[in-house]
Amino acid sequence: MSVLQLSTASVLQPIARSPGYWSGVVRRVSRDPVAMTALLVIVSLILMAVFASSIAPSDPFKSSMLRRLKPIGTPGFPLGADELGRDMLSRLIYGARLSLLMGLTPVPIAFVIGSALGITAGYTGGLTNTLIMRTIDVFYAFPSVLLAVALSGALGAGLTNALVSITLVFIPPIARVAESVTTQVRSLDYIDAARASGAHAWTIIRVHVLGNVLGPIFVYATGLVSVSMILASGLSFLGLGVRPPEPEWGLMLNTLRTAIYNQPLVAALPGAMIFITSIAFNVLADGLRSAMDVKS
Amino acid sequence: MLFYTLKRFILTVPVAIGVSLVCFMLVHLAPGDPLTAVLPTDASAELQAQMRTLYGFDKPLPVQYGLWIWRVLHGDLGQSIATGRPVVSEVFNAVTNSLVIAAAATLIGFVLGSLLGIVAGYYQGTWVDRAASLISSLGVSVPHYWLGMVLVIVFSVQLGWLPATGGGPDGSANRSFDWNYLRFLILPAVTMSVIPMGIIARSVRALVGEILTQEFVQALAAKGLTERGVFRHVLKNAAPTAFAVMGLQLGYLLGGSILIETVFSWPGTGFLLNAAIFQRDLPLLQGTILVLALFFVFLNLAVDVVQSAIDPRVQRT
Repeated sequence: MSVLQLSTASVLQPIARSPGYWSGVVRRVSRDPVAMTALLVIVSLILMAVFASSIAPSDPFKSSMLRRLKPIGTPGFPLGADELGRDMLSRLIYGARLSLLMGLTPVPIAFVIGSALGITAGYTGGLTNTLIMRTIDVFYAFPSVLLAVALSGALGAGLTNALVSITLVFIPPIARVAESVTTQVRSLDYIDAARASGAHAWTIIRVHVLGNVLGPIFVYATGLVSVSMILASGLSFLGLGVRPPEPEWGLMLNTLRTAIYNQPLVAALPGAMIFITSIAFNVLADGLRSAMDVKS
Repeated sequence: MLFYTLKRFILTVPVAIGVSLVCFMLVHLAPGDPLTAVLPTDASAELQAQMRTLYGFDKPLPVQYGLWIWRVLHGDLGQSIATGRPVVSEVFNAVTNSLVIAAAATLIGFVLGSLLGIVAGYYQGTWVDRAASLISSLGVSVPHYWLGMVLVIVFSVQLGWLPATGGGPDGSANRSFDWNYLRFLILPAVTMSVIPMGIIARSVRALVGEILTQEFVQALAAKGLTERGVFRHVLKNAAPTAFAVMGLQLGYLLGGSILIETVFSWPGTGFLLNAAIFQRDLPLLQGTILVLALFFVFLNLAVDVVQSAIDPRVQRT
């Protein structure tokens, strides 16, 4: 018995103090100039959202019928004015708040719920697995945009409903990844050893499973952030997310749609912001993925 | 082969039933009564009760589901609350319109994506690979509804080459495949094709890279086959998976066409969904989503079966 306990303890050690791996990941990412540029862009966008009230030159809600659709470079309106004569620069800066909130919130929530479901299904196996995974399969059978539109359409337009819909869309794919990784880890010898030594299921999951499965799930989830940005702004673009007059890039793109004939550049600006944000998250996720892949 | 097809089909049935259940529940997820949107606010309680009985909303949920699925199996998706027309004919027309651009987009995306993927996979690690991978990353991260607007600005507003919106020269009715009709198709199809292009390029790049490391490629080169000969074998091995990815993309595009159809006012399923959501026309919403989701489920099945016919190795996994 004591021998077995010793052996679990020795298995435990590298996991208990394994800063080597994560600090390695951080080191590798920080040496990747492309990923660091993307991180810089993301940090500046977040700072822009947080300090919007001090950066923005004017009130994003103040409209004026006299200044409708001013071109880029008009004195007092560096990026022009929108269809209600509101300052575009200020609206784009303030828009970062809701756009980032809507794009960034669903993935962490879906990560927690999806991982919990997937790890439970993968670790317990049997009937629990069948119940959880077959339910997940049904939701996975919907194309993601369709499911998001269907859910928020049925729930009704609004910020909270849009957030709930996008989160629900991301739970099935994350749970599937979590389940398949957990099933692989569960069949490894050290799990058997831990179980044979009498460790409680919860302890095994906490000590042996989580450390080995969260990495791959995390990498997968980071790749979803850019999809989430596009989807969230897309729902607002359809009129299912944020409501006017709140500044949000997707909604701004929608209300400026008719302005493409008069001020095409101004009309395209909010979409460019969505594009920049989405590509920055995509590039950072790619950088993280290769940094976490120790083999390469 | 037959056994595999049968097994895959049997596995699909519970998913299809689950999908129908989700579509059914969507209506009851909605806040308020499905009828409040169509009835005048001063409708008498008697009239409300009458309408509820007419649409069957007064029965218990399992009974409602049973009746609904029975009618669906007989090709009846109910009547649109807003227009009173049968949902089936509305959905059928819209699905055909959506399929036209989704199929065109998948084709463009497949051709461009495969080219990019093959080049990137073959010259992995070089600047050619990085350039091709950058293009596919851009394709995956671009908000396509915005790209659609940008293309309209460039090709319709500035250059005046192509029409900005609409589903054809005179409304949506006739799909004559001549230049007059195809002009309307180009911008939405190109816009939509960037997503499958990026995804197919990424998968093909990984596939080609993986195949190139396999021993049979070395063996082929060692026996003296020319580089072009080896290349042909690589393509043949990558093809089944690439086609499977393409098939699934068609389903994703059809399901996700709502954003692009809104930009181009294309009279497809996205247009129908939009109308259904904002008029709170729940039977129409339910029917459209059911048809699109079931299409995706059975497309998945078809892709698996076709892939296993081309490549018997698939059956063993």
